[in-house]
Parts: sequence; C-alpha cells; structure tokens
Amino acid sequence: MSTLQEAPPPLATAEPAKKSPRGRGRLTPYWLLLPGLLWLVVFFALPMIYQASTSVQTGSLEDGYKVTWHFATYWDALVEYWPQFLRSVLYAAAATVLCLLLGYPLAYLIAFRAGRWRNLIMVLVIAPFFTSFLIRTLAWKTILADSGPVVHALNSLHVLDLTSWIGWTSGDRVLATPLAVVCGLTYNFLPFMILPLYTSLERIDGRLHEAAGDLYAKPSTTFRKVTFPLSMPGVVSGTLLTFIPAAGDYVNAELLGSTDTRMIGNVIQTQFLRILDYPTAAALSFILMAAILLMVTVYIRRSGTEDLV
Amino acid sequence: MTTDNSGDVRLSGISKTYDNGFTAVHPLDLTVPQGSFFALLGASGCGKTTTLRMIAGLEEPSTGTVHLGDQDVTLLPPYKRPVNTVFQSYALFPHLDIFENVAFGLRRRGIKSVKKQVEEMLELVQLGEQARKKPHQLSGGQQQRVAVARALINHPKVLLLDEPLGALDLKLRRQMQLELKRIQTEVGITFVHVTHDQEEAMTMADTVAVMNAGRVEQLGAPSDLYENPRTTFVANFLGTSNLIEAEVGTGNGDDLVLKAGGGKLILPRARCSAPATAGGKVLVGIRPEKIALTHADDAGTIPEGRNRLTGRIADASFIGVSTQYVIDSPVCDELAVYVQNVERDGRLVPGAEVVLHWSPAHTFGLDATQDIDAGVETVEEEAA
Amino acid sequence: MPFVTWLKRHLVVIAGLFTLAYLLLPNIVVTVFSFNKPKGRFNYQWQQFSTDAWKDPCGVADMCGSLSLSLQIAFWATVGATLLGTMIAFALVRYRFRARSAVNSLIFLPMAMPEVVMAASLLTLFLNMGARLGFWTILIAHIMFCLSFVVVAVKARVMSMDPRLEEAARDLYAGPVQTFLRVTLPIAAPGIAAGALLSFALSFDDFIITNFNAGSTVTFPMFVWGSAQRGTPVQINVIGTAMFLVAVLFVLVSMLITNRRNSQKA
Repeated sequence: MSTLQEAPPPLATAEPAKKSPRGRGRLTPYWLLLPGLLWLVVFFALPMIYQASTSVQTGSLEDGYKVTWHFATYWDALVEYWPQFLRSVLYAAAATVLCLLLGYPLAYLIAFRAGRWRNLIMVLVIAPFFTSFLIRTLAWKTILADSGPVVHALNSLHVLDLTSWIGWTSGDRVLATPLAVVCGLTYNFLPFMILPLYTSLERIDGRLHEAAGDLYAKPSTTFRKVTFPLSMPGVVSGTLLTFIPAAGDYVNAELLGSTDTRMIGNVIQTQFLRILDYPTAAALSFILMAAILLMVTVYIRRSGTEDLV
Repeated sequence: MTTDNSGDVRLSGISKTYDNGFTAVHPLDLTVPQGSFFALLGASGCGKTTTLRMIAGLEEPSTGTVHLGDQDVTLLPPYKRPVNTVFQSYALFPHLDIFENVAFGLRRRGIKSVKKQVEEMLELVQLGEQARKKPHQLSGGQQQRVAVARALINHPKVLLLDEPLGALDLKLRRQMQLELKRIQTEVGITFVHVTHDQEEAMTMADTVAVMNAGRVEQLGAPSDLYENPRTTFVANFLGTSNLIEAEVGTGNGDDLVLKAGGGKLILPRARCSAPATAGGKVLVGIRPEKIALTHADDAGTIPEGRNRLTGRIADASFIGVSTQYVIDSPVCDELAVYVQNVERDGRLVPGAEVVLHWSPAHTFGLDATQDIDAGVETVEEEAA
Repeated sequence: MPFVTWLKRHLVVIAGLFTLAYLLLPNIVVTVFSFNKPKGRFNYQWQQFSTDAWKDPCGVADMCGSLSLSLQIAFWATVGATLLGTMIAFALVRYRFRARSAVNSLIFLPMAMPEVVMAASLLTLFLNMGARLGFWTILIAHIMFCLSFVVVAVKARVMSMDPRLEEAARDLYAGPVQTFLRVTLPIAAPGIAAGALLSFALSFDDFIITNFNAGSTVTFPMFVWGSAQRGTPVQINVIGTAMFLVAVLFVLVSMLITNRRNSQKA
C-alpha cells in the first residue's frame, strides 16, 4: 500500500542540488537576440550617434568635416526653416484628423456592419498597398487636374472659395496647393489608421451594444459612452502610425505640392542629396526626431496607453 | 502486490521552491504502486499539479528524487521518461489531424509503421471515424479521448492526468470517469490523476492523497478518507462535515466521553486523531447523512446508546432523493443534516424542535487547534 | 420621414463606403490610364484607348531592370528580416533576461521614427565608413526597418500559443530540436508568414530610405520618382495594375481555398 510521511528537511550535508543538463539553456535568449539586435545597433542606433556628431561639425566637402561642437547650426537651421517645420506639423495633424474622420466609419463598417462582405472589404483596403505608392500618388495628379471633374465639382459647389479663403487653395486650382498635399498624405496613410481601429473595434463584444441599448442608451450615446472609449487603443496607435510618417514625408509635398508647400522632409532631402550640407541636414533631422519623440511621449502619457509594441 | 514494480512511482523528499521564493511543494515522500489508480486531490494552488509535473519531468524538483521502479529519473528530460501526460485542456496539436496527433509519440521514437497501432488505439477510444479531422472539429469529449489515446499508445509505465475532465460538462464528466476507469483496468498501467473534484477522485481512484498548501494532508482509500478524516481540511474538503467543539471528559476503555454544551457525546478512541487528555478540547465530527432527525415530541423513541443533540430546524430544502436541513443547536449553529426521503415526517418544517441522533461509531475526533473552517471556502471558490 | 430614418440608420455604411471609394479611386485611375495613349511625355490626361503598353510592358528603357532589382532586394530583405526578427520574437516571448525593456525600445523606435530621419542618419554612417552605395547598402537598410515589423507579427502569434503544446511534444518523446521543428515552428508559421509578407511589401515599395542610400542604383520606386520629373511612361501604370490584380487574385484564391477546406470538413 502507499506510504506517506513528511520528509525531514534536507540536511546541510546533503549533496548539493544537481545542476541540470538544461542549465546551458540560460544563454539561449542571448544567442537568439544577438544577430538581430546587432543589426539594429549598427544600422539604426549607431547612425543616430553619427548623425548627432555630424550636426555639430564644421568644414566643407573638400576639406572634410571636424567636430567643433558648433551648436549654432541648430539655431541657424531653426531660424531658416521654421516655416517648413510648422508646415510639416500642421499638414501631418490635418491629415491625421482627416484619416480619423474617414477611417473610423470604414473600420466600424468592417467590424460591425459588413457581414459576409467583411473579408472582401478587408482585401480592398489592403490591396492598394501592392501598387507602388508613388504610382498611386501620381494618380492624384490626374484626379485633381485643373480641368478635371473633381476640381470642377468643388468649384461649382463653392468649396474652393472656402478653402482659398483659409489659404488651403489658390484660385481655381487644387494641385500645387496645401489641400492637395494634405489630401495625398491622408490617402497614403489612411490604411495605417483603419487597421488598428478595426483591430480594437473587432474586439468589442457586440452584446455590449445591446446591453447599452437595453440600459436606455440611444445609438449615439452608445457610441460616445461605450464604443468610442473601448476603441481608444486603436485611435491612439492609428493616430501615431499616421502622424509620424506624415510629418516626415516629402513625397506628397514634392509630387502634389509646390515650392510653397515644402515640408521639412523636402528640406532634409535637398540638403543631404543636392546641396550636400551635411551638418545642417543632420541638425534638421535631429530636430525632427526629437520633436516627434517628444510629441509621441507626451501623447502616449496623456492617453494612458503605454503598450504599443 | 505484483512482483513487477517497474511502474512504481517513488518520490523521496521531493519539493519545489520557485525563484521568487514561493514553495509550491514542501518535501514529501510518496509511493504509488504499479498498476494503481492514484489521485492527487486539492484546491487550485495546492501543489498537486506541480507534483505531477515533477513526475513528468516538466518541472525540476528543488530537492529530492523521482524513481520509476528502480530507475532514478530525476535528471531525465521529459522526452526520455517512460511517462506520458494527458494535459489540462488536452494540448492537442492544432496543426496536425487526429491520426497524426496520436502517432506523434511513436514517430518521435523512430517507429515507421504506425498505421495499425494508431487505428487500433482510435478504435479503443471509439474515434476511428474521426482520424482525418483536425482537433478543433471535435467536441470536448472527443478531444479528451484523443488526448488519452495519444498518451496511451506509447505504452507508458505511468500515465499522468492533469485535470483531464475539468473542461467537460457534468454529464460527460461522469461518463468519462467510468471510461477512464475501464481503460485503466484494461491496460493495467499506473495512473496518477490530479483533480480538484472530490467526487471524481473518490469514484475513480484506489488511493487518494488530499493536498493542501504544498503538503499531503491525508492519504488513503476514498472510503477511509471520507469516514475517518484526520484533519479539518480533509473533513470539510471531502463532502461536508459537522464539526462541534467539545471537552474531553472521562475515558472509558475504547470510548471517550465528551461534553458538548450540556450533553454527552461518545467517540471511539480509535477514531480520534487528536491527543485526548481529560479536560482538553477536541472537535467532534459527524457527516450530515449519518444523522437521523426525530421530532422533539417523539424523543422517547430514540434507542439508548446513540449520541444526541437538540436543536431547531432553521431551513429545509427538498432535493428529491433527500431533504437537506439546517439546524441550529445550542452547541453549534447551522448543523447540516441530510435525510433520505423514505418516510417523511410532516412535522419536520422550519421552526420545529428536533433531536439529532447518530451512532457513536460514525463519530470522528479531530485536533481542536486547527482552523475549523479549513477546506470550506476553497470548495466554494472552486464551485464558483 | 422614412428617407431620413433610412439615412440615419445607414449613415455609417455610406460614410464607410465613401472612404473605401477614396482608397480605391487612385487604383482605378492607374488601371484606366494603363490603356491610355498620351500625347506628350506625361500620362496625366486621357487621350485615347490603346493596349500598346500592355503588349510591350518592358518597352521603356531600364524600367524592367529596376523592377527586377526591387524584387531581388525585397526577396533578400524578407529572408534576412524574417530570420532575425523571428529569433528576437522567440527570445522575447519565451525567455526572461536582463535589459528587456531596452531591447523592446530598440525594436519599437525604428517604427516610431520618420523614415527621412533613419534614411539620413544611415547615409551619414555609410558616408563615414566610406561604403559604396548600391545593392548592399539598400539591402542593409531594408532589413533594418523591416525587422521590427516581423518581431511584432511573430511575437503576437507566439504569445497566443499555448505553452502546454510544447510540453506535450516533449512529453511525447520529442527532443528540443524535434519539438521546435514539429510543433513550435508550424504553429508560429502564420505569424512568420504575416511578418514576411509585410517585409516584402514594405521593402518593395520603399522609396525614402532607398533614395538616400542607393547611390546611382535605381529601384522601381526610384524609377517612378525619376519619371515623375522626366515623363511618365504608360508602362508604369501597367506594372501598377498588374501588381494590384496579382495581389487581389492571390488573396481571393487563398480565401476560396480556406473556405472550401472549412466547408468540406464541417
């Protein structure tokens, strides 16, 4: 029959706990991490340091550059290019708001109202990704062409009067105006808003809507008090995923805008690739990075969602 | 006992303390003989699953050794132990069909022709038709049988079952209990079964070890544990017990005479697990179904020599096969009494004065220094 | 007023479909204009129907060369990023180790960084090292920014995996290598595939980082960018339309297969 007694506590002279053969597994995570992290350190973190050092160098292309702690580069860059900085933030913010306004109904539609069309709509949201975004951005040149139906319609509805009054368009044109750039930015980053919104909306139990309705909430109240708060994680990551790349973008400003719509990305690109003024370019991109990291940190803190990865 | 002891499980001084300092299992010695159906019973977090995982090799013991027969397997990884596990929620491989799930162990040991064995095994668990389905296409009960088949096909020395029926509904669970018991009798290998369901443990196992807070409270045959619990935890965790505090009076040969309130209760000395010195305290235990109820007016009809208490019915619930009464007595509030519905006395309604009486042979005595409610809440939590 | 009620009830559907139209409009334009026969060098205005470009998609100098280069880079970037990213994801989910939060931020930052900043700083590094810009510098950059996305995709999948499955495999005589190959990897496969697909799309379509670090090498997006200045051949639209159709077809076929498989078994 079975026997049982409480074993005496192990004596001090008892053999030491045998080391398991699985002990060598302790190094496994480091081996797994090593190659990838090395890649990120060398090709992501290290370049940032190089860039920081470049931004405080002086010299010329011919004679070479030396670190002289010339912080004045930052000041000069800010003084000269503050309109482009401001424009980047404004355009990106406008595009983000538009993305949210346009993306939310579609995400909601896919999550709750699409039924058997859900998968098809999903495919249609993602599929444009597979056509090079430059080609699609060029298509906006056709859509917004001066003699095209879109401009004609906006004109006859007097929308253009309104937008030129606030300075977003000039005359009868949409192309080469801020409106075109914002429109392009919105278009380009819309899927980055829709997908996180959809993910968090889809997690909401449909019965919550019924429960809210059962507890005397009108549909609009249900949305304000139940659906929208529960979709906050999606709103937060969607806005970040839209705002960050939009603020650094220069493709839309270049293809759809004019010299009056240049964003900070355009300046960095020109400084780096055409003028070859490396210190100024480095300083500008450092300022952009710092500004965005600061805004993102504040935004995440205030919205209380730390877990984004 | 059989002469072949290669299926014995012998744990010596085994314990588990985690890195964070939490001790899940205190050093314990335990022998499960070849061919027996052994149950580890306890509430969640009592260390029963950790003990099982140490036998399987999925958890490394902090101290002590695990033997299978005469072989020390403490340092063997799980894939080198002749032990297989039926996991809680089954852990069937979702990317493999039923056939491949069952064949998994055979294939890993390099056996080429598995078809015949797998088919026979699937027949044994009555799933021959389902061989090419994926696990998510089966019902809970079917998945459970696949998990058993997947483990048994390897002819392990010991089969470990970790809450194997926890995910099934009540009716299916009863059915699977009988099924598992049948399979165990058929294949004759050692089963170690972890469960929090005391009925399940008692129906299926030859031997039950009741665990609490990392220690084994009591070990024995189910009827032994039930009829003669030695701690308040076992008394409360297995079924329901009425525990009444009493003072030890004069001893009289094989029986102890106890004073509770104004009355006397008799307790056979052999059924008292507490040191009984005159004037000391003990807890007197009696199971609710052992108590008979007689209306106070008929008190004279109760035979001599029975333990008796007086009280008033506080509540009565009709269950069908029995009626469960809650009775307030001067010595103890809320005594539970279950009476079979054979001849119902119409006067036994809430408010009625009654006499509770039972045979002294059914009384048990426990150490009064223990928590009188140990094991009570845990059962309720588990049910919730 | 039944119309108003109807409108109210379906407002969200109408707004959603409007957004969908907004998303698809450029693709429609790209497709339509792939059948255009423009007068000048630019393909922005409709002239007349023609299938010339479809008959001769590689008729533009250097375009198909850049396309094949982009495909090669996307392939190798996908292989590299998927391999490295999957390893990191497993380490993050399965092991406890020091400096966890530092590792997490290092993976999060590339996703939170404007591309132009990464592009510029990487160029600074390459210039400082005296590296020759071209295929290899593009590949290095692409693996770098795809890596984090793979980590996120794989991590999500591995995290939702029941650890008991691996225990069950070990219990059933599978050693560590067998357990990984037979159980862990197949179950993590959808996450790895998603990460790989995302890497391929990101790499193939990348312009900003490539533009900085390509030197005189021309990938397909760079070709399109250049042609926006010099003149846009219709063949660009042909390639764009073909890619869109292939993607939609690919997804629809795979959806059909899963549907049929499910209905067969149910």
